[in-house]
Amino acid sequence: MTLIAALPRIARKFAILTLGFGVGSGIGGATAQTNEQVTAFSLDNGMQVVVVEDHRAPVVVHMVWYRAGSADEQPGTSGVAHLLEHLLFKATDTLESGELSATVAANGGRDNAFTAYDYTGYYQRVAADRLELMMRMESDRMVNIRLTEDDILTEREVVIEERNSRTENNPSSLFREQMRAAQFLNHRYGVPIIGWRHEMETLDLGDALAYYDRFYAPNNATLVVAGDVDPEDVRVLAEKYYGVIPANPDLGDRARPYEPRQMTERRMIMRDARVAQPYVSRSYLAPERNSGDQKKAAALVMLSEVLGGSTTSVMAEKLQFDEQIAVYTGAFYSGLSLDPSTFGLFIVPSAGVSLQEAEDAMDAVVAEFIETGVDADQLKRIKMQLRAAQIYARDDVNAIGNRYGRALSQGLTVEDVQAWPDILQAVTEEDIIQAARDVFVLKHSVTGWLMADGEAG
Amino acid sequence: MAVFGMRFGLVLAVSALTALVALPARAELDIQEISTPGGIDLWLVEDHSIPFVALELRFKGGASLDSAEKNGASYLMMGLLEEGAGELDSRGFARAVESIAASFSYKIYDDSTAISAQFLTENRSDAVALLRDSIINPTFDPAAIERVRAQVISSLQSDEKDPDEIAGRTLDQLIYGDHPYGRQKEGTLETVRALTRDDLVAAHQGALTRERMYVAAVGDITAEELSALVDGLLGDLPATGPALAGPVEPVLTEGITIVDFETPQSVALFVQPGIDRDDPDFFAAYVLNVTLGGGGFESRLMTEVREKRGLTYGVYSYLVDKDQADLWMGSVASANDRIAQAIDVIRDEWVKMRDIGVTAQELQDAKTYLTGAYPLRFDGNGPIANIMVGMQMQGLGVDYIDTRNDRVNAVTQEDVNRVAKRLLDPSQMRFVVVGQPEGLTQ
Repeated sequence: MTLIAALPRIARKFAILTLGFGVGSGIGGATAQTNEQVTAFSLDNGMQVVVVEDHRAPVVVHMVWYRAGSADEQPGTSGVAHLLEHLLFKATDTLESGELSATVAANGGRDNAFTAYDYTGYYQRVAADRLELMMRMESDRMVNIRLTEDDILTEREVVIEERNSRTENNPSSLFREQMRAAQFLNHRYGVPIIGWRHEMETLDLGDALAYYDRFYAPNNATLVVAGDVDPEDVRVLAEKYYGVIPANPDLGDRARPYEPRQMTERRMIMRDARVAQPYVSRSYLAPERNSGDQKKAAALVMLSEVLGGSTTSVMAEKLQFDEQIAVYTGAFYSGLSLDPSTFGLFIVPSAGVSLQEAEDAMDAVVAEFIETGVDADQLKRIKMQLRAAQIYARDDVNAIGNRYGRALSQGLTVEDVQAWPDILQAVTEEDIIQAARDVFVLKHSVTGWLMADGEAG
Repeated sequence: MAVFGMRFGLVLAVSALTALVALPARAELDIQEISTPGGIDLWLVEDHSIPFVALELRFKGGASLDSAEKNGASYLMMGLLEEGAGELDSRGFARAVESIAASFSYKIYDDSTAISAQFLTENRSDAVALLRDSIINPTFDPAAIERVRAQVISSLQSDEKDPDEIAGRTLDQLIYGDHPYGRQKEGTLETVRALTRDDLVAAHQGALTRERMYVAAVGDITAEELSALVDGLLGDLPATGPALAGPVEPVLTEGITIVDFETPQSVALFVQPGIDRDDPDFFAAYVLNVTLGGGGFESRLMTEVREKRGLTYGVYSYLVDKDQADLWMGSVASANDRIAQAIDVIRDEWVKMRDIGVTAQELQDAKTYLTGAYPLRFDGNGPIANIMVGMQMQGLGVDYIDTRNDRVNAVTQEDVNRVAKRLLDPSQMRFVVVGQPEGLTQ
């Protein structure tokens, strides 16, 4: 049960963004070869650059990540970050509408874009010798889009159909949306990335341009180039195309409304005729990874793995194997978030088990776990898998690039990314139990039951 | 439990029908063709830069080996391979795999089963021993059967209320009738409930057989090491299996089939006759499809339905090359009050393409896309192993990689437009629409 991490511009499968299992450790600097694969530096206008080398195939992924997502929107304009992402494929001063994607395709590449709560990203995957062409076009649309009223009207229909496909046609998506809205009392993480439909319908050119003018600037962006490239060549090209764009002096701080004290547990029951398999979902407010301070988040990652990460996790053992209370169970947590995140649990009951019984059983398992503690062998297996993930990850340079792009868009540094594997390995059994005690606070939680029309709990 | 996932995300489903994926490879790729001492043929690309191996196994047959009564047996069987094997029970097996950080996946399609494995050099022999147990000696423990059966049933119940799934099932039933392709590989609630352990044992004996096996590996291993590994891993599989499903002539007629389902957005699949991979016109059709609806922003369907009119988030067409049937398919989804217009536009584009064909520029763009994208597919051990095993299943030699782009480039505008006239056929085009579409009649 993953939360939507990002909305791609078209429904082609985007590489799954992995948890941040960084590669090796190293020290950063203004210009540093930070490890065997990764080089990071900044341009004079403030644009960050990360180069990930993999010379096994003549391919490159070129990405620009803006440190602005749906949670940076003005109230009343939900969905504008995502709508603007779509509109960036329209005309610029030098490109006709659609020309960028058509040019990428005619060069044998594919391009797409994605919007999340904290960032908006654009990428092309092409032969390595086409990198300069990609930079020329991507840098152009950073500041030179030329939108018309007609563009807005048509693309607004497209994103409303996108909302239909992702959300309106899917009761689980509607349910998740309602749960997040209840979880966040003040923060914009409670507003869907794609937008509330009634606000999407009123988005106009002014809304889109206001967002664009403020956030699309080199000092608010990270360039990630991953593949068969030389970091020095990337630097020369980046300075030529991105380095000449002036920083936006009016960017301002990335200040967002914070959550007030959450003082009461929230419970909701949602019914929908399209639900065939009812389930219980619980989310708790949870701390995120912060620069130089990732230990709590690391313990929560391990907690989610221990409790509900696989068929050998505590919830599966107790609820699916020892007793056949559930068909599926799981825990989910992503520490990659600019502001406080959520930790989730869910249980899909077996036939004949009520949602109340399922919820009670889930709570009992968690309470017992906190008393019993972490199984040492299980923790060892999880750490072994995390170590191995660093080896397997080297086979997918695109995923490594994504990891840096996400992290650098969500308040972390290259050093944080590279310290992360060791921080995960250092998590102790006691850390995990403490994390559980800290995060499982009912007054910070939302509990939702999703069920069919007319069904009894 | 690799096979069954909860559908919490958006599924852009094409049901049991798989799109024609990826033709193979890159010129510099050094593929070794190996025959093991045990008589198994396989392909290997050695790459010692990362200490792991990606191994891909395929077996022709798949879910269409199931009889109507035992529909779903192969699917449930594949889901149980990692749920207890050799000396280990379900949890013991999972713990053993986790402790060496190997990953195994077991999947089934209409025409094949697929087993994928990735394992580290440092514990390769332990990983292979576990994988072997799961393939050769699965336990089919009664408790595991009931647990996984309950997961399949839960998923089948969800499918019954999922518009994408409903569309795929309706279409399969409509065009394939009683042929195995007309059934869902997961089975029905009735057949899955009735499956016995003996059924699963029989499905296991029939599904993974040496005469229908294809093997490819990429990574940190030599030819000699791999030969010994594969003989030990697969040498004890049965030699032959039951008869494969026979040919089927899909019933394709003009019109619209509506399945009433209360949801705000109608989802539609459309289908007409396709073309066999061995047909001399295959490449022309493949190039034509790129321009028609092949997945890029610039395709005709995407331009007309989405970019100009905002009627959908995505519209696609694709060639479906099954062992016993060839289809040209597509999908679209639009709000109930707009789907009729989307379908009109798609039909118009179909006719326009048949009558007028592609422009020289469109053909050129499609060709440069296809030829430029080809080498980009070979970008990791896992993807390369996947491509190589797919090539073997399609009967392509390793030399295909060097000639593939030439075949694309050899397609002329006359070829494409002749093929458009020959194949695109609105009089055999069926739309299956699930939702509450306005202004559409069956």
